[in-house]
Amino acid sequence: MDLQHTPTAALQNYSPELRVLLFDYTLQLADTSLILGHRLSEWCGHGPILEQDLAMANIALDLIGETRSLYQYAAELEGKGRTEDDLAYLREAVEYKNPLLVEQPNGDFADTVMRQFIFDGFHFFLLKDLQNSPDPGLAGIAAKSFKEASYHLKWSSEWIIRLGDGTEESKRRIEKALSNLWRYSGELFAMTQTEKQLAQASFIPEYSALQPQWEAHVAKVFAEATLEVPQNVFMQKGGKTGLHTEHLGYLLTELQYLQRAYPGLEW
Amino acid sequence: METIIDKSLEELFEEKIANEIRIEPKDWMPEQYRKTLVRQISQHAHSEIVGMLPEGNWITRAPSLKRKAILLSKVQDEAGHGLYLYSAAETLGTSRDQMIADLHSGKAKYSSIFNYPTLSWADIGAIGWLVDGAAIMNQVPLIRTSYGPYARAMVRVCKEESFHQRQGFEIMMTLCNGAPAQKKMAQEAFNRWWWPTLMMFGPKDSESPNTEQSMRWKIKRFTNDELRQRFVDMMVPQAEFLGLTVPDKDLTWNEAKNGYDFGDVDWEEFWNVVKGNGPCNKDRLSTRVKAHEEGAWVREAALAHAQKRAQREAEKQA
Repeated sequence: MDLQHTPTAALQNYSPELRVLLFDYTLQLADTSLILGHRLSEWCGHGPILEQDLAMANIALDLIGETRSLYQYAAELEGKGRTEDDLAYLREAVEYKNPLLVEQPNGDFADTVMRQFIFDGFHFFLLKDLQNSPDPGLAGIAAKSFKEASYHLKWSSEWIIRLGDGTEESKRRIEKALSNLWRYSGELFAMTQTEKQLAQASFIPEYSALQPQWEAHVAKVFAEATLEVPQNVFMQKGGKTGLHTEHLGYLLTELQYLQRAYPGLEW
Repeated sequence: METIIDKSLEELFEEKIANEIRIEPKDWMPEQYRKTLVRQISQHAHSEIVGMLPEGNWITRAPSLKRKAILLSKVQDEAGHGLYLYSAAETLGTSRDQMIADLHSGKAKYSSIFNYPTLSWADIGAIGWLVDGAAIMNQVPLIRTSYGPYARAMVRVCKEESFHQRQGFEIMMTLCNGAPAQKKMAQEAFNRWWWPTLMMFGPKDSESPNTEQSMRWKIKRFTNDELRQRFVDMMVPQAEFLGLTVPDKDLTWNEAKNGYDFGDVDWEEFWNVVKGNGPCNKDRLSTRVKAHEEGAWVREAALAHAQKRAQREAEKQA
């Protein structure tokens, strides 16, 4: 193994400022995967058909796996001895940095599929690019998760098409999901200060370069699904800077319950 | 000269059973054999699916990311087991839809153990350790069961179940070596799950109407009481290792039989839960029915879309 390019070796050459930026960013990616993975895991045992129960659990497992790698790496970047579980279980909602989209409740299967589809495209094109990041930590995690994200995008794209071009009821439901969730798509591409600085330093891509790829994919899938891409929708944002919807607090209450009720124990 | 043709189908079937030759879907089989298998395999599949619920409860509350991933993957395995068991049962000529309809109408049963609630994180450990332990005891002999597709499905199921059991034991061990509050949690879960787990082996042999025929057809290889005894003998030392007290004042080592004597299962409770009066029977079933009903439009959409697609393909060909 080329020691120069292991994550740990690379960290030694980073300035403290860069480490903070990378920590912030890695944490944001981890929070995003965790919250979406958690949401999907709520479906387990309640899916519309056994095969889709399995598929959603699979995606949730991939996301939680990605979460763990990201938190572990974030903990290393921070260098204060926190663990993946400290980062997941002992931070308040306002400290979470996930975009609003992923914390939205599951709703019906159409809502879940739409939330997933909007996210999967972003995730796919981001990871595709992040694999080439000069930071070996992010590049390594991205390379592993990219394969999984390709499968997720295939799954959600196929379901968008099935539901859009299925029955009248499925069309009505997926259109409703679209009108509920589209307003959260803009935040995915709106860069925070941290993201802007990392993009400037070429550690991560400019999201303005990802967005057209994402839009092209959305347009292609929507055309096949006989859905219209919404126009002139006001975009909600805030999650990436800690201003969440009310849903996140409840989610974290459940997620963090045991760690909060019995502080400091091993499980 | 005796030829194969002279033998009746039934004789051929009996000969295969006697010679430990697997019965396969296209083979002739007595109607009662088919019925017994559909009942048993579908009951087993339903148990996997309903069994996702008590543990699924704790996926969102698992105490660490590692535990969360392990639990989610375990519950997902159960969905997978349900899938191959339904497929095995379908080889006998009953559709998955029919089996699910029978579950929802209350005609088909599932393991009563899943009608008990999971009240603390330790229940997840106790279920893995005890319930999966009992399931393995019941299921390992099924790898040699006479019906081929069922036996083959069980090879994979048992492999995964034994992995689950180790994980359950590991949760219990972590709790028992942890803080007093965790040890207490573990003992309470053990107290709650011990007796219902012993009930998983089914009624006493003297009251099990299906056992004799199932043993003769080699669908079943051991009686309920034999398996229950083995389970107790296996689990008591493990409980001692964990430092947990078995909630049975009659438990004593019997040197003569080289096994434990243990107290009587509360059969009244057992039959009550079977009849639908367990703490969670209504909830479990209504949760399954709800998921199925709310998923109807999704299944219809998938079907409608597949038909549209096929039609377009056909038009293109024409």
